[in-house]
Amino acid sequence: MLDITSLTLTDLVKSIKDKKISSEETTKAFIDRGEKSRDLNAYITEDFSNALDKARAFDQKPNFDLKLPGIPMAVKDLFCTNGVKTTAGSKILNNFIPPYESTVTQNIWNEGAILLGKLNCDEFAMGSSNETSFFGSVQSPIDKDLVPGGSSGGSASALAANLTPITIGTDTGGSIRQPASFTGTVGLKPTYGSCSRYGIVAFASSLDQAGPMSKNVKDCALLQEIISTYDEKDSTSIDFKRNAYSKELTNNIKGKKIGIPKEYTVDGMPKEIEDLWTKGIEHAKDCGAEIVEISLPHTNYALPAYYIVAPAEASSNLARYDGVKYGFRSKGENLIDMYEKTRSEGFGEEVQRRIMIGTYVLSSGYYDAYYIKAQKVRKLIKNDFDEAYKKVDAILTPSTPSAAFKIGEKTNDPVSMYLNDIFTVPVNLAGLPAISIPAGVDAKGYPLGLQIIGKAFDEQNILNIAYAMEEKIEFKNKITDWWIK
Amino acid sequence: MTKDSSEYLIERYNNVYEVVIGLEVHAQVTSNSKLFSSSSTTFGAEPNTQVSLVDAAFPGMLPVINEYCVKQAIKTGIGLKAQINKRSVFDRKNYFYADLPQGYQISQFKFPIVGEGTVILDMENGPKEVGIERLHLEQDAGKSIHDMDPQNTLVDLNRSGVALMEIVSKPDMRTPDEVSAYVKKLRSIMRYLGTCDGNMQEGSLRADVNISVRIKGSDVLGTRCEIKNVNSIKFMQMAIDYEANRQVDLIEEGKTIDQETRLFDTKKNETRSMRSKEDAHDYRYFPDPDLLPLEVTDEFIEKLKLDIPELPDEKKKRFIDKFKVSPYEATILVSDIDTAKYFEEVVAKMGKNLDIKLAVNWITGELFAVLNNKNLEISQSPISAKNLAKLINLIKNGTISGKIAKTIFELMMDGDKDPQIIVEEKGLKQESDPKALETLIDKIINDNREKAIEYKQGKEKLFGFFVGQAMKASNGKANPQLINEILKKKL
Repeated sequence: MLDITSLTLTDLVKSIKDKKISSEETTKAFIDRGEKSRDLNAYITEDFSNALDKARAFDQKPNFDLKLPGIPMAVKDLFCTNGVKTTAGSKILNNFIPPYESTVTQNIWNEGAILLGKLNCDEFAMGSSNETSFFGSVQSPIDKDLVPGGSSGGSASALAANLTPITIGTDTGGSIRQPASFTGTVGLKPTYGSCSRYGIVAFASSLDQAGPMSKNVKDCALLQEIISTYDEKDSTSIDFKRNAYSKELTNNIKGKKIGIPKEYTVDGMPKEIEDLWTKGIEHAKDCGAEIVEISLPHTNYALPAYYIVAPAEASSNLARYDGVKYGFRSKGENLIDMYEKTRSEGFGEEVQRRIMIGTYVLSSGYYDAYYIKAQKVRKLIKNDFDEAYKKVDAILTPSTPSAAFKIGEKTNDPVSMYLNDIFTVPVNLAGLPAISIPAGVDAKGYPLGLQIIGKAFDEQNILNIAYAMEEKIEFKNKITDWWIK
Repeated sequence: MTKDSSEYLIERYNNVYEVVIGLEVHAQVTSNSKLFSSSSTTFGAEPNTQVSLVDAAFPGMLPVINEYCVKQAIKTGIGLKAQINKRSVFDRKNYFYADLPQGYQISQFKFPIVGEGTVILDMENGPKEVGIERLHLEQDAGKSIHDMDPQNTLVDLNRSGVALMEIVSKPDMRTPDEVSAYVKKLRSIMRYLGTCDGNMQEGSLRADVNISVRIKGSDVLGTRCEIKNVNSIKFMQMAIDYEANRQVDLIEEGKTIDQETRLFDTKKNETRSMRSKEDAHDYRYFPDPDLLPLEVTDEFIEKLKLDIPELPDEKKKRFIDKFKVSPYEATILVSDIDTAKYFEEVVAKMGKNLDIKLAVNWITGELFAVLNNKNLEISQSPISAKNLAKLINLIKNGTISGKIAKTIFELMMDGDKDPQIIVEEKGLKQESDPKALETLIDKIINDNREKAIEYKQGKEKLFGFFVGQAMKASNGKANPQLINEILKKKL
């Protein structure tokens, strides 16, 4: 019998188009597996019964011209979904049902896909392990008590555990690529301005970007082609010519110049990461690419700059959650008291920490020393990439400085948690596209990813490189279904 | 205060103080939709009926700039003879309040859309220049209503997100009269441009008044206080008067003035401290990452310049040159765009009989009196320019006397009646036939022989008596000029 849930998106679409399986059968299969997998805590909100209704409706009047005909999928709970609770992993939005749909999810439904439910994530996407969610931490299907990464941890876990054939996450400092790397999946952070931010709960507006998470590069290209549209409702959306990424996908990367930045060899990086990188370089060479050593001299300053810019924007973006209009409200003696109680009870510890950091760095007297300086650093980091791209077509780095860690291992050490983003953050600061592909495992058998960073708007190129390397790497995720009793 | 009305000085013992005033005027942009959303801006709608998801700051909602509001701000900048900045930046001004849904106001802090400019005030003793520091675009907040529910504050977000222009003057004003003239001039310019309706009652125009005092002759600025949100010119003048004296008293007592924000209590006619500098909000301004810097091209600005109508200063100059009206009359005629339009229409309709003096007198005299009485704007005038022109022409061509004209004017107010028709219906045509008048006068002289003799003996005052009798006998229709001539001859 066909194991529906283990199929790639591409195969699933083909099976439905060939009428081998129906949307209802497919949806049922994912729902069944979802119900058996509640121990992973991947879902915040299941919308299973609606999903089944929609699947049946699709089967009655199928449209096989669509790119995602009757395909069920779950999405990160940071995307506002019309009529379906959207929490951003926070108590403060615990009861919030948006009367509108995000542009990215709307694009997906327009191609025939069906919402299965909303996936867990770090609160307001602030975290690297999915432990800051008000709805509890998420288990990685890779191993018990292992974090799936974050903030798109529910998305990564659900995808790796075959609860959804494909999914979307958001990436502000690595929130798609790091969990993809931790769970042996593919994750793309598109160029800033490629996917509309309309209807996505904002964390840091100048860095946030939605992107696909998938089982392989081809699926990733297909979903990127669907979600990336110019949107007048987002003033930072960019009207550029978008490729038909999946159609134009090729493994021919002969002569492509791939840069290896020397600054990405960091102190204390495990040898297995270095080995992975070396192996990746060999694979790239095998594909006919030319390897060029490059320098990104300001890399060291990326993380501190990020942890000024992102909290600064977040402190302002999250001001709207004040108990006045929607969401959680605590009773107070007066307006100020209501604000204080609502926000100290409604926000978790990590969110409060970042609001405080952000408020501090924007305060008069500190603004120039922190915020302005961080913006200057950001410019220097972007210049580094611009310089490098005069010599190379793409850049290859590890996705993370280590493999996944255990739940609770880093919760008391925010700085060590922040260090997880060291290879992903510069990309967000520079607004560039980057993809993480699974490339190996560490000594414990936990997946490790490689990151390919591209020029702005050059998603096609990094997808092609990822596609070619994927063939050479032949990564197989070993998932034992340990959580299913 | 000193006697010279152009000066406003405060005297205490041996010291004479002058007052330094600068204004931050908040002018609501005339636009059908809000600055960053497509919600309507109509005044007086049911609470919370003109609120979009963006205005109410729902999660994931993003601002999109309204191009029309940008054009309006640039046009206003052109009207203020100001520098238009081709690149400006929207910042977030962060603070918490129940009627501020985003938790920040989108405004322009470091890089406003309009830079330095000038406004010319027509003061009694000549023109006075007031510098404009800047003009920037920003969102209005909603409205908190504290007196509708005993337990709760209610919030109306209809106004939330409406576009405002904050126009900041330099501290160039020295008297309450200048402040009044400045606000009126700004209002006039914006109404000419159609960029702000200037309606102070509906809150479309309100101001924060910055005041400091210093010994006259000093060129150092004193510590200023800001009086927030004053919404009428009269209150501005009252607030300045109170606040300037308060500051002078403090200095005279050897105390220091705290830089602070104050409120004007219109009932008690005093200003009260709202918050001191130490308590001032830290607004944590930073560029709004949801919006790109606003960039406009020279071409865009040049195209808007073509849309700029003749503004009050230019119009005034033209009226003086072309119609030979006095500067004082010209100032009155151009102060409001609708008055200027009315005047020009009367002039156009009068055609070849044009008598500017008569037109100005009728508009600024009779018509203004009526409008004042009935509390009407000239745009709501019960008598159209066309019919007023006709009335003036009837005087000019001798069909009616000025006195009869006043009667007709009264009758015209009932449904903007054509004066020609009134003249015919009521038989009010002036008697200008010399023969008929001679007969009439002969009879009067005959009936009053003794008085005629007294007049001839030198009691010249009696001339008026005969004129009066003639007018009475003709039911006021006799041509007064002819009556005079004939009487002089016959007596």
